[in-house]
Amino acid sequence: MLELLGWLLLLLPLFSAAVIQLWLKEMPGTAVSMSILSVVTTFLITLILLAGEDTSAAINWASAGSFHIEIGLLIDNLSKGMMLVVTGVGMLVHLFSLGYMKDDAAKARYFGGLSIFMFSMTGIVLASNFVMMFIFWELVGFSSYLLIGHWFQKDSAAEAAKKAFLVNRIGDFGFMIGILMLWGLFGTFAFAEMADGARALGPDSSTVTGIAVLLVFCGAAGKSAQFPLHVWLPDAMEGPTPVSALIHAATMVAAGVYMLFRLQVSAGALLFEGFAGTTIMWIGGITSLLAALMATQQDDIKRVLAYSTLSQLGYMVMAVGLAGDHGGEAGMFHLYTHAWFKALLFLGAGAVIYACHHEQDIWKMGGLLGRMKKTAITFAIGTGALMAICPLSGFWSKEQILEAAHHETPALFWLAIVVAALTPFYMTRLFIVAFLGQGRSRGAKEAREAPGIMLYPLFALAAMSIIAGFPSIAGKLSPAFHHPEHAFNPTNPIFLISLAALVTGIAAGVLLYRGRDSDPLADNPVFRIFRNKFHLDELYLVLVRCCQDAVAAVIHFFDEFLIGELIVGGLARSATGLGNIFRRLQSGNLQGYAILFGAGIILVIYLTVFVR
Amino acid sequence: MASLQEYLFISGLLFAIGLAGVLVRRNIIVIFMCLELMLSSANLTLVAFSRFNTGTSGLPDYNGQVLVFFIITVAAAEVAVGLAIIVALYRARQTVNVEDLTSMKG
Repeated sequence: MLELLGWLLLLLPLFSAAVIQLWLKEMPGTAVSMSILSVVTTFLITLILLAGEDTSAAINWASAGSFHIEIGLLIDNLSKGMMLVVTGVGMLVHLFSLGYMKDDAAKARYFGGLSIFMFSMTGIVLASNFVMMFIFWELVGFSSYLLIGHWFQKDSAAEAAKKAFLVNRIGDFGFMIGILMLWGLFGTFAFAEMADGARALGPDSSTVTGIAVLLVFCGAAGKSAQFPLHVWLPDAMEGPTPVSALIHAATMVAAGVYMLFRLQVSAGALLFEGFAGTTIMWIGGITSLLAALMATQQDDIKRVLAYSTLSQLGYMVMAVGLAGDHGGEAGMFHLYTHAWFKALLFLGAGAVIYACHHEQDIWKMGGLLGRMKKTAITFAIGTGALMAICPLSGFWSKEQILEAAHHETPALFWLAIVVAALTPFYMTRLFIVAFLGQGRSRGAKEAREAPGIMLYPLFALAAMSIIAGFPSIAGKLSPAFHHPEHAFNPTNPIFLISLAALVTGIAAGVLLYRGRDSDPLADNPVFRIFRNKFHLDELYLVLVRCCQDAVAAVIHFFDEFLIGELIVGGLARSATGLGNIFRRLQSGNLQGYAILFGAGIILVIYLTVFVR
Repeated sequence: MASLQEYLFISGLLFAIGLAGVLVRRNIIVIFMCLELMLSSANLTLVAFSRFNTGTSGLPDYNGQVLVFFIITVAAAEVAVGLAIIVALYRARQTVNVEDLTSMKG
């Protein structure tokens, strides 16, 4: 019974997407209902599964001798909690989209895209083995491409979609090799059998295992936008805002963290000891710091949130890389709380953008608190959760990450504290500039509260942002949760340090940005580097251009001169030359032929009679 | 009776005249006649060898002479076909001069 529900959970969005794509393109109303019906049903199924037992199901997909690839479902606490996030946020985003995309000409295509995304994401979460996960991994990349490029008439959106796809491909290449290496080491793709495989490994293979884990991490770095593959995520904000909330904040970008943690619980945290874990956690930490610095100088409301997402993803990856002292659980816990409040922030930003006639520059907003009270309050709740104000959800998970970092690697702990001070700083900036003060443009002055269909998802997410972190609730809903051994203690030095960071960040933000009409730090050379994203995009452009041009020149030489001129052209020329010599014999003169014929016979006689 | 060498000499002479005619004459009918001349020289050789190759019974070896009959028969047929071709060629090109028949030039 539960297995059947699992299959239904996986296949229903696919069915919806297929029907929309094949038959409902011209009937947007029906397509929207179809897509929403599918996502609501999957949410209900998830609730039933959440209450039920762990289960698994598999069908054999491909066999070669003793080698099998299965399409299977693995329904345990981890995947159930993750499915709650995916279908829960997914459902609210579908509803929000009803309002946000009301006047879009390609509504059917949009909702079809959402359905195919829900299918792919469900596949990643429920996958029982690495091959199946890889297939759906690529499928989410594809659906993300479709949705980023929804407004493909805009050049920037089409470019962003292409960039997201290509950067992900780089990561996925490593991921594929990593999967194959792990298969070579463990002898299995299935998560359920990895523990035995990992136990059977001798201590000598730790280098190879570390390389395999790092290659798998390449995939996670692409999908979860870790440095240096983070460049696609801010550009992906060209897509519709609900898509950013669902894919580029709550679910797909978290898939990398989910996959790493899935590997960690399947094969044991020992796999992340050594250089692999160290690399992963430092990359996470660096991403988190760089992204937070870049977020301080962005003017586009969605870009601020995008960099903040990067920063929080860096937190999660760092936590999973820490592995020891329940770091992985802390990372998954943060993924779960982050999904709610970041989806809330993005949808709130969507409501604001909608109200301001598609204005995204925060310096052209202002004074929205008075005109959009409900949206502003939910946005404030999300902001508070992201800043980790006690007792909102973000606080609990961030505390756990800090604790794990403090326990394992003090250097990373201090890095995380810097990020924990930067986060309140840039969020305070965003909130003060966009919501307080006076309206700085016509759109902001005319802004009106969003319609109900867009407000209710905000309320639901705000409620989750408040309560999701409490240990009693998180213990039931979070994909992975480690109950702290001792109850929360206000005199804990870690808590005091992070509180100090929080207060510093907020105070700096308030002092700098209260009552301002333009950014006071814009002319500061250091902050200009942050604004320009450390010039990484330009650097990549130059790198790509140099490398690509060099490789292209070499290939061109081979193709044009070696193969084209020398081999193919040379053969043709020698054949022509030989032909030119022999065509002289074809004089058309009958007696010339006769002479040759006679001479030939004489030659044959000479050879047979006189040459021995 | 003339000796074998004399027959072979005449035969070679005939062959040489035929070959020379084929190589130097321009009229295709003459060339054709020269070809026939070369066939005749071959026949003469065969008959001469047959006549001089007497076995223990004193009779010549008739194999060569039988072969000559075959050659004459086939040559007769070949002449019929060849002349027909030449007539058709003449009707098409209005000439029997081989120097004008060079459409096979590559």
